[in-house]
Amino acid sequence: MTATDFDVRRHDSLGLRVQHTLHGNPVLGPLAVLILAIIAFSIVNTRFFAAANLSLVLLQVTVIATIALGQTLIILTAGIDLSAGAIAVFSSVLMAQFCVKAGMPGVLALLLGFACGTAMGAINGMLVTRIKLPPFIVTLGTLTIFFSLNSVVSNSETVRGSDMPGLMTWTGDAIAIGGFQLSYGSIIMLLLFGFFYYTLARTAWGKHVYATGDDVEAARLAGIRTGRVLFSVYTVAGLLYAIGGWILIGRLASASPNVGTEYNLDSITAVVLGGTSLFGGRGGVIGTLIGALIVGVFRNGLQLAGVAVVWQGFAVGLLVLIAVSLDQWIRKVKG
Amino acid sequence: MRRLTAVVGCVTLVLAGAACNRGTGEPVVGLITKTDTNPFFVTMKHGAQQAADQQGLDLLTFAGKVDGDNEAQVQAIENLISFGAEGFLITPNDSKAIVPSLDRAHKAGMLVIALDTPVDPPDAADATFATDNYQAGKLIGEWAKAKFAKGGKTAKIAMLDLNPNQVSVDVKRDQGFLEGFGIPNGDPNRIGDENDPRISGHDVTDGNEEGGRTAMENLLQKDPSINLVYTINEPAAAGAYQALKAAGKDKDVTIVSIDGGCPGVDNVTNGVIGATSMQFPIKMAQLGVEAIATYAKDGTKPQNTAGKDFVDTGVQLITDDPQAGVEAKDSAWGKQNCWG
Repeated sequence: MTATDFDVRRHDSLGLRVQHTLHGNPVLGPLAVLILAIIAFSIVNTRFFAAANLSLVLLQVTVIATIALGQTLIILTAGIDLSAGAIAVFSSVLMAQFCVKAGMPGVLALLLGFACGTAMGAINGMLVTRIKLPPFIVTLGTLTIFFSLNSVVSNSETVRGSDMPGLMTWTGDAIAIGGFQLSYGSIIMLLLFGFFYYTLARTAWGKHVYATGDDVEAARLAGIRTGRVLFSVYTVAGLLYAIGGWILIGRLASASPNVGTEYNLDSITAVVLGGTSLFGGRGGVIGTLIGALIVGVFRNGLQLAGVAVVWQGFAVGLLVLIAVSLDQWIRKVKG
Repeated sequence: MRRLTAVVGCVTLVLAGAACNRGTGEPVVGLITKTDTNPFFVTMKHGAQQAADQQGLDLLTFAGKVDGDNEAQVQAIENLISFGAEGFLITPNDSKAIVPSLDRAHKAGMLVIALDTPVDPPDAADATFATDNYQAGKLIGEWAKAKFAKGGKTAKIAMLDLNPNQVSVDVKRDQGFLEGFGIPNGDPNRIGDENDPRISGHDVTDGNEEGGRTAMENLLQKDPSINLVYTINEPAAAGAYQALKAAGKDKDVTIVSIDGGCPGVDNVTNGVIGATSMQFPIKMAQLGVEAIATYAKDGTKPQNTAGKDFVDTGVQLITDDPQAGVEAKDSAWGKQNCWG
């Protein structure tokens, strides 16, 4: 940006200036929505803005935020992962089965579960990079495969938390800070977001992820091994989904093969609401956390306000459309 | 595996336009469930298989990919027609959309029995073998009423329903519970139109643990004084219990539910669920297969239970805290008769 550009911008209309600001800071839009929603719901129902209720919202979005973190990495590369939720649920079922069927100690079952989730992500990554199939199609296929294997392995039976080693349900335990109940699962989730925020902003790998997503050909010509970057992103996402599966066991005090059928789309919703562009290269993980919180705040707030369930879905859908329209508008930024 | 090979081979032949002789010579009967994954339907399949073996019938089973998958069920009926089946049992994924396929099956001379879920209109099937869901709800309502009357407590009720679609199973269980508890129903075909201060709120659960937990958490935020929780089924009840435990209220709140699955009966034993209404999917499937066997022999069609528009396969209240005036069995009996 040159000095002349800057001079011109000072005389721009308010709309243009907002557009430029959002272009530089994709998190601002979602953050504003989140804050406005919190203020609005606090006015509607005094119970909303209480430590106990706010901690509840955080608890309710923890699993989906963890899954959406992996989804963010993939969407940053202009990909998409329809199998995200399937990997998370399947990993949770595998961990439970390792414990009860194979009688493994908790640590081993957990690590093996993580390994399985990572492997599932790696399979996606392999198909995307080696056979060069579009991510949408690859993950559509693996989604179906993972869900069906999930049914086969679990025999459609739910394993109860009390039949598993304590480590498996540990993520559901919480520490109380005043009225605020912070579960270990939420702490893990927040630490992961912190870690990936740092990694994306400060490491070469992070810059390569953005570059690959922005323009894969330009990135390749600049010497980035884009195939490797993509493979690593899908693999890491698989691990993150498996961690989400572990947190899910804690939340439900059981591992059920029949939950999470909507996690795939819910994770994409969180990413989109968080301002990460579906066209790749723009956005970040903090936005995703905010996006997940927006959904949580709306569901909880509308429920407290006595709004019928059907309209809660309507509201979230409308928000998604607004977010995507906003993204398109920001992309048209000049200069 | 052999059966699968036979079916695949047979389908291939049908597709090729050839006549299909399956070679076993036994009359064919079909079972089409909503999904392959729900333990309720898995149990149903076992029941149907037992009855088919006894009756000397060849059972073919089909299922939708997910709950709501109508297309897979339509295809299943097409297959059964081409196999020349005597009849089939179906738990419809879409009560209305399946009707044209049922009509075609009738034209092919088959006996059609709706299992667990009625079709719409009900007479599109020759008979419906199902749980009386209204009665199932009423039993847990009566039990809860007696328990609260004895304790002298005023109930603050959370209603954890299925989904926003006002499905008949959901509506009947919900309204049955309210009647049993003595809360006047508004429109008996609608959930949530009552205006009674004892109801703290309704939310939906999708009938699973996660939905049950989230719904319970939200309703507790709305009204922390909730002390009675109605749940559409036992997975939702298990989720609701997790929310109550996290809020430190599990000791003060009574949960009632419906299903009679083995994990649910365990939860009655452990005090998680106060009382549950048990359904009998094995009996449903067995009676259904027997009805088709009878029809295949002499063309007799099944008769509805007196006073009802379906064949009632029974419901039994299970609790370890029996209340005067409400007939119940304990969880030990429940453990012997549970499904899944």
